[in-house]
Amino acid sequence: MVQRTPLHDVHVRAGARMVEFAGWDMPVQYEGILAEHAAVRERAGLFDVSHMGEVVFRGPKALESLQRLFTNDLSRCQDGQAQYGALCRESGGIVDDVVVYRRSAEDLLVCVNASNRQKDYDWLHGHAFGAEVTNESDAWGQLALQGPRAPEILQRLTSVRLSSVGTYRFTDGEVAGVRCLVARTGYTGEDGFELFCAAADAPRLWASLIEAGRPDGLRPCGLGARDSLRLEMAYRLYGSDMDDATTPLEAGLGWVVKLDKGAFMGRDALLKQKEAGLSRKLVGFVLTEPGISRHGHAVLQDGKPVGTVTSGTRSPSLGLSIGLAYVPPALAAEGSTFAVDIRGRAAAAKVVKTPFYAKKTRA
Amino acid sequence: MNYPDDLKYTKEHEWCRVKGNRVVVGITDHAQDALGDIVYVELPEVGDPVKKGEAFGVVESTKAVSELFSPVTGKVVEVNDPLSDAPETINEDPYEEGWMIQVEVADFKELDTLLDTAAYQKFIQEESE
Repeated sequence: MVQRTPLHDVHVRAGARMVEFAGWDMPVQYEGILAEHAAVRERAGLFDVSHMGEVVFRGPKALESLQRLFTNDLSRCQDGQAQYGALCRESGGIVDDVVVYRRSAEDLLVCVNASNRQKDYDWLHGHAFGAEVTNESDAWGQLALQGPRAPEILQRLTSVRLSSVGTYRFTDGEVAGVRCLVARTGYTGEDGFELFCAAADAPRLWASLIEAGRPDGLRPCGLGARDSLRLEMAYRLYGSDMDDATTPLEAGLGWVVKLDKGAFMGRDALLKQKEAGLSRKLVGFVLTEPGISRHGHAVLQDGKPVGTVTSGTRSPSLGLSIGLAYVPPALAAEGSTFAVDIRGRAAAAKVVKTPFYAKKTRA
Repeated sequence: MNYPDDLKYTKEHEWCRVKGNRVVVGITDHAQDALGDIVYVELPEVGDPVKKGEAFGVVESTKAVSELFSPVTGKVVEVNDPLSDAPETINEDPYEEGWMIQVEVADFKELDTLLDTAAYQKFIQEESE
């Protein structure tokens, strides 16, 4: 059974093109992916991300319990602050990559990927170490307002002083009369906000934002632009760039693995892997010959497969063919070259620094 | 959607137009719309043979890869090279500036099996149901 967000009718009525994604009937585009992508980079875009899940840890053991399941260090995360990290299995394999919103040491909201809602809840609940864990995914709607104009658009609808909400900070507040958790987070590389509200309020919040942003050229956006925007930033996508069989070290997420914070699920395996050295690494590359690499294409060295492309697209902002791939460490350094097998044709590629896209310095 | 009456269509959503001893080939308005923003196109070279019903190239949008199937058998005599730098032309003008290849056709009777405008419209109607 394909699931629908509280905004499904809104998308269909607006003429969005719907596709199935991770078991959800979601808009892939409204007018067009390139126009939506550009709107977010230059002005603002609004995304329905209600398919994302919310799992909440509560009680005296909430912080301690989540610390033991999360690779990043929540003791360094203040109340009102969000932190990105991974949930790992004992093996070090990634259950999911998540953002934790720490409301207090006894109340933490874990935002999980749509495809992993049930898996994550089962995993977290099954290893809760005394915390009260609830799956609130169906109760929440979630909108992402992203782009350089996002703050001024949102400010028209709320009394929350947005200038005091820093990056990866959040607060409770009303937006257009709707109670929200207002977070300065996102998945596009632009300034912007993610708004968590009651599912039933999502259509009203959506309509208010679209209206308020009209003079600024705000566009409703689909998952197509969300994917090209995140890939330009080399943000990983669970299910494409990583899964239960890859570790955060291999996926290039070592910066959110705090091996010195004390015991946590997967730590021993990750420590061991770090000491032994990685056998593959996720790198960003650009094609130096025509073509577009896609998920699943083989990475070739001297004609032999040595790795796999996990994401690829033509970057709308850069006009380059970009991608992420697992390659042997010997090919992981910036400037390394290999080929990508695009339907039987070997296209030359070069490892580059990520993010691919660097935000323009604004006047 | 627009489907000019002077064209013939395939069930793979290519069109062709007779021009002297050649046919001009492209993809339909329906196809470009279904694909979304086209960002890459891979076409054969002048002199390459093409065969009716077989792939002669690839078109990619921001999300999808799609093969191009030749409506006729023959030899490629002209390729719309500017498309490689401006693939969005296919979205903007699929029947004129967005043409892909011109083929010198061996047997024009092949065209008789293709769909006319009414039949193609009926076909995409049925396909969407």
